[in-house]
Amino acid sequence: MVEIWAPFWIVLTGALAGASCGLLGAYLVLRKMSLLGDALSHAVLPGIAIAFLLSGSRDVLPMFVGATAGGVVATLLIETFHRRWRVQEDTSIGIAFTALFALGVVLITAFAAQVDLDQECVLYGEIAYTPWDRLFWGERDMGPRPVWILGVVFALDLLIVVVFYKELLIASFDPEMAVSAGISAALMHYVLMGAVSVTTVAAFESVGAILVVAMLIVPGASAYLWSDQLKVILTLSALMGVVSAVAGYFLASAWNSSIAGAMVAAMGAIFAFSLLLAPRYGLLGRFARQARLSIRVARDHVLLKLLRERESRQVSALGWGDLVDATARRISGLALRSLIWQGLIVRENGRFALAEPGITRATELLRNHRLWEAYLNQLGLPPDHVHDPADALEHVTDDHLQREIRMALPNIATDPQGKRIPEAR
Amino acid sequence: MIWDATFQFVLIGALLIGATSGTLGAFAVLRRRSLLGDALAHAALPGVALAFLWTQSKALPILLLGATVSGVIGVLVIEVIVNYTRIKADAALGIVLSVFFGIGIVLLTHIQQSAVGNQSGLDKFLFGQAASIVRADLYVMCLVSALVLIAVCIFYKEFKGLIFDAEFLAALGFSPRRVDLLLMGLIVLSVMVGLQAVGVILIAAMLITPAAAARFWTDRLHVMVIASGILGALCGALGVGISALAPRIPTGPVMVLVATGAFLASALIAPKRGVLARWARRRANARRENGQHFLRAHTARQDGQGDAVALTDIAAELQLPRARVHRLAKRLSRDGCVAIHNGACSLTEQGQKEAEFVVKSHRLWEYYLVYRSILERDHVDRPADEAEHILTPEMIEQLETLLANENIDIDIHKTGSGYRRTGDDG
Repeated sequence: MVEIWAPFWIVLTGALAGASCGLLGAYLVLRKMSLLGDALSHAVLPGIAIAFLLSGSRDVLPMFVGATAGGVVATLLIETFHRRWRVQEDTSIGIAFTALFALGVVLITAFAAQVDLDQECVLYGEIAYTPWDRLFWGERDMGPRPVWILGVVFALDLLIVVVFYKELLIASFDPEMAVSAGISAALMHYVLMGAVSVTTVAAFESVGAILVVAMLIVPGASAYLWSDQLKVILTLSALMGVVSAVAGYFLASAWNSSIAGAMVAAMGAIFAFSLLLAPRYGLLGRFARQARLSIRVARDHVLLKLLRERESRQVSALGWGDLVDATARRISGLALRSLIWQGLIVRENGRFALAEPGITRATELLRNHRLWEAYLNQLGLPPDHVHDPADALEHVTDDHLQREIRMALPNIATDPQGKRIPEAR
Repeated sequence: MIWDATFQFVLIGALLIGATSGTLGAFAVLRRRSLLGDALAHAALPGVALAFLWTQSKALPILLLGATVSGVIGVLVIEVIVNYTRIKADAALGIVLSVFFGIGIVLLTHIQQSAVGNQSGLDKFLFGQAASIVRADLYVMCLVSALVLIAVCIFYKEFKGLIFDAEFLAALGFSPRRVDLLLMGLIVLSVMVGLQAVGVILIAAMLITPAAAARFWTDRLHVMVIASGILGALCGALGVGISALAPRIPTGPVMVLVATGAFLASALIAPKRGVLARWARRRANARRENGQHFLRAHTARQDGQGDAVALTDIAAELQLPRARVHRLAKRLSRDGCVAIHNGACSLTEQGQKEAEFVVKSHRLWEYYLVYRSILERDHVDRPADEAEHILTPEMIEQLETLLANENIDIDIHKTGSGYRRTGDDG
């Protein structure tokens, strides 16, 4: 009976841990406290080991007390090293949690190796044995114990996030405003810390140290790449925790490997996907936007060059070499091709000239450029210093801004060099 | 029996690991790369597993090559995340650390489940197993260590520049970015030296902890680098010695705990920066201040030069409990500043000098605060109380000549020639 349902219970345990950690992890990432998760999951180990040695059992309460004590000791150590002994902060964190983790491993291998607590289970957790770790109510079998524990923890976290949504939001983004609105930022900090500790401890036992670190940081950071809205980030983060738990389980059974490790790997895949493809904050979106902007600027420069040549030397067509900027050959070439493709420029026996729509667009740009020059000159910039700033501003000036500048320069018809400012149609 | 060949290999290995990571750690800690070392050590695990999967070989050079490659990829991923997205450095470190490690665990468990993997012994890379070092491994470790240490000797000046003044380094014509990359590369290599014996989870501690311990002993970089290297080597050797007594306990955690012990001891007993030294210094300062306050109170209460003043009067002047004033008086009489008889005390010649000095110092501060318009006339007594202990006798002499030349009277409260406490005249 248990065997049939085992995959379901394992996935459910992972999903509950993923959802709880993901929910809180989003706040940790937003508040730049990600390393806290890392530190906590290392530091609870000696606490758990000592509690186990003292009580001789793996009951929830001693484990929980031990783990919490471990977390508190880690915080105190880091504070002492950093504030009182004046060790750098990153070094303090590094020393404190490697030392505590080492202590935990030594305690476990030295004293507890015969019993069912070993170094492997510390790392990978025992999520595979979840279905056989039963909870009994009197004589009645109530189902796997970790599912109950993590279920309660998830409900608690959800309750905190829902009840204190507004308070946590304000305290996370604007602690000063929180204080002026009568919300204690410190209290919210401790509420969050408390929830993170409880969740870390609960998840640690069933899913192991690595999975806790990953679940606290990775889904939150991934979700942070997709949205600016806290509600969306929280939902996505919890959801990603769940998805990676499910995917990780199947990955692990296909690969015959550690379930917790596979869940982390799935999380890594979700993060990589977000890192590359998230529309606003992903790498591809960022590079595409940059490339688009570069091409637009290069296009504008080609159009302006053709128009200026026409105006000053009455030359209407230029060769490829004259138009393409030698320092940015590829972008410049792309820009020229796209202009031809859109019909703004026509090709006449190997040379390039402005087509009718191209003249309109180029005139518009030239007008922008010269208006800016005149305006900057009026602001006090000497005439020989106005070209470069105008060159940068001409690309980002829309109709409205152009009208505003025109109105600010009522009686001016030429730029500081005496060149005519083309009028709008 | 304990001096057999295996143990010698292990001991030499531990010395190498400690020396290399200790030396590099000094730079890593000062450059604020402690946690980066941790992340890249964790990131090395999938490299070890993949190198084994591809080559089916357990040879250390091959596994370390894989580890180096994946460690470097981990560092690069962190750089990309921090430089090109809105995710901050702490989360980037956490992501790379946990995801790479997770992937490493997946590969490792996958290898262990397969037939060949059972004897692979790759799991020693998690917590480290010093006993598994053989002669061939030692050659590899020696080579990498030598490489790292020679590079440190050659580029010492550049690293120093990078740590303390990157702009100066740039002005000298070096690219700080390249020097930084070189340093990170060396950190990766020094992590690799210890991977087999200490394991990926805790090797970063061998980088961080000895360096942080050495930092307590000195303010000079070359001293710190050498001290950190030696300390690392000692911790490594001691750790190996201890874990040889209890073979079941993996070596890595023991070495780390020894290093942590060295860190705690240094923090406690190091001169100047140590906790005890700073405590003693604070206590000595407090004693000196209290003694000086006592002497000033004495001069304020005495009617004429050389008169005795009752301790109760001094207690009232200082607004301190009488028992404390008694203790103060006893200490001052031990130092030869006052003589006590029948509940009253008088200043000795030395005490007279000291008292004069304190009063002058106090007045100079008051004068300075008023004439620099920092504070109003009736607000200067308290701050001067705090600051009067800072001036040295030489400074006072200089200031007095300066003020005498300009014909300035520093007695801003016009208490006259008798050294009276300024708050009392009305």
